[in-house]
Amino acid sequence: MGNTVLLIEDEPNIIEAISFILARDGWQVKTHSNGHDAIRAVREHDPDLIILDVMLPGKSGYEILEQIRADPDYGEISVLMLTARGQVKDREMAERAGVSRYMTKPFSNADVLHAVRALAGP
Amino acid sequence: MATLNLLVVVCILYVALLFAVAFAADRAARAGRITWLRSPIVYTLSLSIYCTAWTFYGAVGFAARSGLEYLTIYLGPTLVMIGWWWTLRKMVRIGRSQRITSIADMISSRYGKSNLLAVFVTLLAVIGTTPYIALQLQSVTLSVATFARNDLTTTVVPDRDSTALLVAVGLTLFTILFGTRNLDANERHHGVVMAIALEAVVKLFALLAVGAFVVWGMSDGISATLARIDASEIAEWRVPGSRWVGLTMLAAAAFLCLPRMFQVMVVENEDERHLRTASWAFPAYVMLMSLFVVPIAAVGLDLLPSAANPDMFVLTLPLLAGQDGLAILSFLGGFSSATSMVIVAAIALSTMVSNHIVMPIWLYATGGSAMVSGDVRSVALRARRLSIAGVVVLGYLYFRVSGGGTALAAIGLVSFAGVAQFLPALMGGLFWRGATRAGALAGLLAGFVIWLYCLFLPSFGPSVVLPQTVLDHGLFGFSWLRPQALFGAAGMDGVVHAVMWSMLLNTAAFIIVSLLSFPRPIERLQGAQFVNVFQHSGTRGSWTGGLAQSEDLLIMSQRIIGARDAQAFFSAAARRQGIGGYLPEPSPDFLQDLERELSGSVGAATAHAMVSQIMGGATVSVEDLMAVADETAQIMEYSNRLEAKSEEQARTARQLREANQKLTQLSVQKDAFLSQVSHELRTPMTSIRAFSEILRDTEELSASDQAKYASIIHDETVRLTRLLDDLLMLSVLESGQVTLNNQHGSLSAMLDRAVAATGGTTEALRIHRDRSTEDIHLHTDLDRLAQVFINLITNARKYCDAQEPELSISAKNDNGILIVDFIDNGSGIAMDHQDVIFEKFSRVGDLKASGAGLGLAICREIMARLGGTITYLPGQGGAAFRVSLPLEARLAAQ
Repeated sequence: MGNTVLLIEDEPNIIEAISFILARDGWQVKTHSNGHDAIRAVREHDPDLIILDVMLPGKSGYEILEQIRADPDYGEISVLMLTARGQVKDREMAERAGVSRYMTKPFSNADVLHAVRALAGP
Repeated sequence: MATLNLLVVVCILYVALLFAVAFAADRAARAGRITWLRSPIVYTLSLSIYCTAWTFYGAVGFAARSGLEYLTIYLGPTLVMIGWWWTLRKMVRIGRSQRITSIADMISSRYGKSNLLAVFVTLLAVIGTTPYIALQLQSVTLSVATFARNDLTTTVVPDRDSTALLVAVGLTLFTILFGTRNLDANERHHGVVMAIALEAVVKLFALLAVGAFVVWGMSDGISATLARIDASEIAEWRVPGSRWVGLTMLAAAAFLCLPRMFQVMVVENEDERHLRTASWAFPAYVMLMSLFVVPIAAVGLDLLPSAANPDMFVLTLPLLAGQDGLAILSFLGGFSSATSMVIVAAIALSTMVSNHIVMPIWLYATGGSAMVSGDVRSVALRARRLSIAGVVVLGYLYFRVSGGGTALAAIGLVSFAGVAQFLPALMGGLFWRGATRAGALAGLLAGFVIWLYCLFLPSFGPSVVLPQTVLDHGLFGFSWLRPQALFGAAGMDGVVHAVMWSMLLNTAAFIIVSLLSFPRPIERLQGAQFVNVFQHSGTRGSWTGGLAQSEDLLIMSQRIIGARDAQAFFSAAARRQGIGGYLPEPSPDFLQDLERELSGSVGAATAHAMVSQIMGGATVSVEDLMAVADETAQIMEYSNRLEAKSEEQARTARQLREANQKLTQLSVQKDAFLSQVSHELRTPMTSIRAFSEILRDTEELSASDQAKYASIIHDETVRLTRLLDDLLMLSVLESGQVTLNNQHGSLSAMLDRAVAATGGTTEALRIHRDRSTEDIHLHTDLDRLAQVFINLITNARKYCDAQEPELSISAKNDNGILIVDFIDNGSGIAMDHQDVIFEKFSRVGDLKASGAGLGLAICREIMARLGGTITYLPGQGGAAFRVSLPLEARLAAQ
């Protein structure tokens, strides 16, 4: 199991924060900040785990997740979804799309770290 | 001695009075003071045009010649009026609900708006009425001549023809002036009706005055008069029963069918309840009219030389007694009777001729294109005016040709018998749903031919039109075709004979052909409308239409009922359908209403033809056809009633559904808004929480990192605050609880302030202004307006994607409206985003967007509160916004 994380998120400050936390824990953090070609970024970076924002310019996180799940190479990859929309139906949509783990913003840094470790492990 | 000159002067004065009354009534009606104009009494008096010169002069002559027979002429209408509840009420109701313009229109409308039928009825009515008009002219000339003979001061006997011509010209003028003011026959002729009512009073008063004078002034009271009557031959009962019944029925039929009676009774009727008053008042009027007929006749026969014309007793008796004033009054009475009949008959006939003959021909000749491009209104009015002149001219010509020799009453009866031919089709149409167009045509044709052959042509006298041999031995020598002894029925009275055969064959043909023929769907629908007018006034032959025709319909309607009325009608219809503007969907309901509206101006058949020309001739939908073919009349009625109910329910359900939809939509919007707010709040909070945890938990963080993270936290806090401010402002603006703080100021100072607040003109955004145009004084809430300017400049700063971003601000005062344009040189906003940019949380440019997408929403709300607008100006090169605000700030808020 590698330690490459692909972070797909459009808010620069959040990218910086998550990158900082994960990098300190020893992860290789790749970032991508729009929805259009997210799936291309996945192929390019070949990550072990994906952290995905829901509201992205160009394409929503749910659509990207469906694309990932339909992909022959990355269909099984763990995806941690972060969303600023905390309603029940958002969670349901994420689960239908096949999310591995779902977290609502704002999150605590420790929780993100735990989640990433758990998804990547053992 | 009454001089002829005096008579002429009085006559002219009287005519002037009639003009004045008609004019005043028209003025009052247009000023809206019509309540007194349209009382049941006026309605009843207007019905008295039934009593023409024929009854005024002729009744006495009638009585002098054939005793009490004249009473039949009054008895018939009295029976009809007393029985108003069964027939007249229905006719008036139908006339109003279908906007019927004439008897031809009524019959044509009932039988599927058939124009053929309308033309036929019109021709018959013209033929039947022309002698009658001639009769009126004759009575006036005769009475003038009577005066002239009596006038010893002059030996000049006025030329018969020129008197008639003068009267004809005067009547034509009056009728055109007051009868064709409005195109819509349903807009009533107040002036005409008022003048007629006045004339009704004059003629009644005149006849009563002469009667009273004869009884008490010339014959020593009632008993002496009665003695004279006993002595005269009037007392002998000489009327055969068949003639008595026949004439009564004939008069009743004519009362219903005469075009002029239909005009005053149905078309000019203002209120159905007036019939209730007329049902007793009209018989009372008629009774008064006939009260002194026998005494005058008896005294006249007794006192005047046997060669004297009994038709003129009303005039000659006062003259004999030297009562000039009374004689002149009596003349005016006769004059009134004659003129009112001609006026109303001319109006009624001209409506029929122009609607059913001239307009269809014109429409056909112009191929239907003219109703969109031409001026139908003026053509229709001109047609009507020409028709009036034409009708009067026909009467005059008939008068000239016939020589005016026949006794007055005889022509009257011929006319009556002619129009009575409408009766089967009319009554059948009102009460029998099985009546068809073919039946009506057949009946009318049969009745018309027999009337023509047996009564009308022989009425000119032997060998004038029909050779004596035909009268004696029948047409082509067939003795059973003798005009006055059809099928060998010899020995009958001429009129009764003709009426019996014509009505019998008319009715028989009508019923048999109706039974044999199958009604077209539109006839069925119209039949149900007429027969069941009291039950429902709904579904009629329906239209199916596309959308594009609405505009054509509007253009056409403007030509017919005038631009203002047409636009009001269309926009009201559009509002009913829940659409703004002037063009409603051409739904069947709308088209029916429109057709009905138009038919008030040009008649049902023409209106139908016009609408169908535009709607592509779709007269009846397939569903209608199926429904009509499959169901019996009774089932249809029943389902009609059910339909009305279920329509009601469907409407309620639709309203509920709409309300529910609106609520759902609101709820969806609310959810979306909350979700957006949640997102916009959570995003900065995420950064704040993450970095504050990093600062708290991470040891050995470099000082620069510490400073950097702290400033991120700070920026995000500011962003959060700004967002909350914006949300609050928007919420206040939207709830309408804004207090505007109006101040005076100049536009240029405000723009300075806005530019300064956004960081001034810099490399990042070059701002161009033309200060010379900015010297505009404002009185509004300056702070809020400045907020709008700030938001617009900020947007340009944020989103303008040009290499060297520039923003030009230009202002102008456009007729009291301040217009400020903000145009940048970026790539602008894509077409499909332009209408959403003013919505909350809409951010169309991606990536850099640091705002929450509330700026323009706030601008829009502020402008709405200030009474102005903000719009996106497409096609300006870059993103362009236009702020407009009325300079006289009206307080839009509160």
